[in-house]
Amino acid sequence: MRYIEPHAHMVSRTTDDYLAMVTAGCQAVCEPAFWAGFDRRSVDGFYDYFCQLTEHEPKRAAKFGLPHFSWLCINPKEAEDVKLAGEVIDIIPQFLARPNVLGIGEIGLNKNSRNELAVFEKHVDLAARHRQLILIHTPHLEDKRKGTQLMVDALKADRRIDPGRVIIDHVEEHTIESVLDAGFWAGMTLYPESKCTAARAVDMIELYGRERLWINSACDWGVSIPLAVPRAALEMRQRGHAAKKVDDMIYQNPVLFLSQSGKFNLPA
Amino acid sequence: MTRQKVLDLYFMESRAKLIDLAAFLDRVDRAEGQDDFRIKAFRRALTELQKADPQRAKRVLLSLSDPTAEPIKCATTKAATGAWPDAP
Repeated sequence: MRYIEPHAHMVSRTTDDYLAMVTAGCQAVCEPAFWAGFDRRSVDGFYDYFCQLTEHEPKRAAKFGLPHFSWLCINPKEAEDVKLAGEVIDIIPQFLARPNVLGIGEIGLNKNSRNELAVFEKHVDLAARHRQLILIHTPHLEDKRKGTQLMVDALKADRRIDPGRVIIDHVEEHTIESVLDAGFWAGMTLYPESKCTAARAVDMIELYGRERLWINSACDWGVSIPLAVPRAALEMRQRGHAAKKVDDMIYQNPVLFLSQSGKFNLPA
Repeated sequence: MTRQKVLDLYFMESRAKLIDLAAFLDRVDRAEGQDDFRIKAFRRALTELQKADPQRAKRVLLSLSDPTAEPIKCATTKAATGAWPDAP
C-alpha cells in the first residue's frame, strides 16, 4: 500500500511517528501551518515557525526518506488580533518561492467572528495575488456548519478563486454536500472523537464518490492518530473496495490536487 | 455491501457504543446538579436516531450545530463545546 498524508502537523510528532508512517507506505507528508496550542506574541515567532516548516522539518522527514511539504498562514485561532495577523500575512510572500511550499493554509474560521472572517479574506486575497493553492480549516463541532457556509459564500463571491484549486478540510456529513456541490475539493479528517471516524469517512466515499475527496489524519499535539489514513484504507478493503479505489482515495487524489502547485514532485 | 456484511462488520462495535451511551445517560441521571445545554442538546439529538430518514448522522450533527448565519462580533473563547449554547 502507498499513501499520501496530505495534512499532518509533524513538528508536534515524534521520530517514531515518522518511522511508523513510512513503514505503512507513506510517500509524502504535507504540513499546514497551525495553532501551537498557545498564542504567539510577535511576528518574529511566526517567522521562526515558517523557517521550521520550510527548512528544519523537511530535513527531519528526509532522515526517514519522506518528502515533506508545507502550507503557510496564521491560524484562525490567532486571528482576533487583526494587527498581528496582518503583520504575519505580510511576511508570507518571502517564503512562497521555497521549494516545499504548496500554498496558503490552513486558513479558515474558528468561532466564526468578524475578525476571523476578515483575516480569512486577507489570506484568500494573498493566495489569489500569488496564484497559490488554498487549504481551508473548518471550525470545530457546533461551529462547523455555519463557518463552512460563511467561507463557501466568501470564496464564491471572489471571482479570482478557482474552486478546483481550493480544498475545504474537516468536512462531515452536514457540510460535505455544500462543499462538493460548489466545486471545491473536500477533506475528511480522521479523529478519535471530534471530526470523523474511518467508518464514517468510508460511508461518505460510498455516498458521494471519490472525485475531489481526500482523507487525512491531521495528527498534531492533541489526541490524534498518525496512521489514521492507512487504517481507513483497511476499512475500505474490509468492505470489499478494490485496491485501485483505495489507491485513488489515499494516493492518486492527493497527488492530483497537490500537483497543481507545480512543486509536488515525488521521487520516481 | 449486503446488510448481512454490514452487520457482521459493525454490529458488535455499535452494540458496545449503544451500551456506553445508555451507561452515560444513567451516569448523568445519578449525578447531583442540573442539566446544562450540552445534555439537553444530546437528548434532542437522540430523537433523530429513531426517525426513518436515512440521513441520521447529518441530522444529529445539524441538531448540535449553531443554526445562525451571521458572524459573531468577536470570539471570546477558542474552544467549542459540542453543542450550541443558545439553543432554546
